[in-house]
Amino acid sequence: MNPFASIGRTTLAFFNHIGRITLFTCRSLYHCFTPPFYGRLLFRQLIEIGFYSLPVVGMTAIFTGMVLALQSYTGFARFNAEGAVAGVVILSITRELAPVLAGLMVSGRIGAAMAAEIGTMSVTEQLDALKTLSTNPFKYLVAPRLIAGILMLPILVLVADIVGVFGGYLISIYKLGFNSNIYLERTWEILEPLDVISGLLKASVFGFIISLMGCFHGYHSRGGAQGVGASTTNAVVSASVLILAFNYIITELFFAI
Amino acid sequence: MMFSSASKISITNLHKAFDDKIVLNGLDLEVNEGESVVIIGASGTGKSVLLKNIIGLLQPEKGSIKINGKETVGLNWKGKQRYLKNIGMLFQNAGLFDSLTVLENVAFSLLQDNKLNIKEAQDKAIEKLADVGLAPDIGRLMPTELSGGMRKRVGLARAISTEPEIIFFDEPTTGLDPIMGDVINDLIIQQVQQLGATALSITHDISSAKKIGDKIAMIYQGKIIWVGLVSEVENSGDEFVNQFIKGHAEGPIQMDLRES
Repeated sequence: MNPFASIGRTTLAFFNHIGRITLFTCRSLYHCFTPPFYGRLLFRQLIEIGFYSLPVVGMTAIFTGMVLALQSYTGFARFNAEGAVAGVVILSITRELAPVLAGLMVSGRIGAAMAAEIGTMSVTEQLDALKTLSTNPFKYLVAPRLIAGILMLPILVLVADIVGVFGGYLISIYKLGFNSNIYLERTWEILEPLDVISGLLKASVFGFIISLMGCFHGYHSRGGAQGVGASTTNAVVSASVLILAFNYIITELFFAI
Repeated sequence: MMFSSASKISITNLHKAFDDKIVLNGLDLEVNEGESVVIIGASGTGKSVLLKNIIGLLQPEKGSIKINGKETVGLNWKGKQRYLKNIGMLFQNAGLFDSLTVLENVAFSLLQDNKLNIKEAQDKAIEKLADVGLAPDIGRLMPTELSGGMRKRVGLARAISTEPEIIFFDEPTTGLDPIMGDVINDLIIQQVQQLGATALSITHDISSAKKIGDKIAMIYQGKIIWVGLVSEVENSGDEFVNQFIKGHAEGPIQMDLRES
């Protein structure tokens, strides 16, 4: 096989894929802002993404906060800096861990579900049926999911912030023997509004990425059950990688020295 | 059935290919108002691709498709929406929305333009379910709870819910037992006549084609090679049509088979 032909084919396929994602994103955004709007479907997605993701996000956050307090205490004890535990917990949770871990968990739960649902619709003629019933799939399926993702992820991350910090507090007070008042005082001293705001903004971007990747890969599913399986995997993997990449970009924008 | 001379669907020199594979190769077809035309042909000859081109799900490379005298090729989404409002479609596997109940499926397009309120749309959907022989109770079920025949009936009820001028049937009897297939055939005839609609069906079930069609058209290698009245199909004098309706492996139609 000619290696140049292989490189050329791969490059063309890559740019073809980027082009399709870009067009899909533009069409999706256009339909988010133009009527008709499907309020009932949006409400269903808000509940699906927001309410039903609460347990998994809450569990992730509380254990992350607990481990963070424990690890930072054992690490900082080597430098006699145990007093920094409260600050490390609040900053790590609000700036990084809550948005990233909530994003990854929701990607696994919601992104996969979206890709599987829309993918199944695609391979069972339901998307075709939708179009023949004069209904635009972008308005009916994609727009409600995108809007719900953008709105609900920040709420989930806010919950994760509170639960995560509470997890760190529990370990610090009841296991490590910190004074409750001093711990809370240090937490509030260190916390600045930008720490929370940057985390919530990241969450909105991650919510957009999760919904977009779920819808994109589902919409382009082909080839029956195997195709739907592949699109589900692709949705989760691509959303996870993009979450980590955009996490760096947003952090750079907010906190670059 | 009486035919009027007005052309409802007019297809001229239609070409469609997927990469190197040519599926439609200069296809011509006329369907007059009030006619029921059935396109027959072997699997993979482009029947479904033709239907998808007519309803705008696929874009042909070349050619013209006129519905009610208006060109539909190259229309944007709003243009497509206008002519799709006069069209009903029964999909091969019914294409019912899994996330909606049967009643919501049938009432779907009635609610899209806010022409009817929810109560009116539900009443109309129940009426359409009754037209295809289904009790109102069925409306509460999810599509996954239905048998193949019931799914087809619900799909038919949804296709006729807006009382369209043109109805397309994609393999209406495929996957059904002969008795249920005949029930669906009878329902198609009954509903098309009741609405005075123009019907275009695709199938490889020759007995269904003879029953629901006024005319039969045979597609082969991306072209319509024979069109005639149902009564003429047995004595068409066309060796391709003869082979197909008799179901013989030997003949001018060569199936793509690979030996292992």
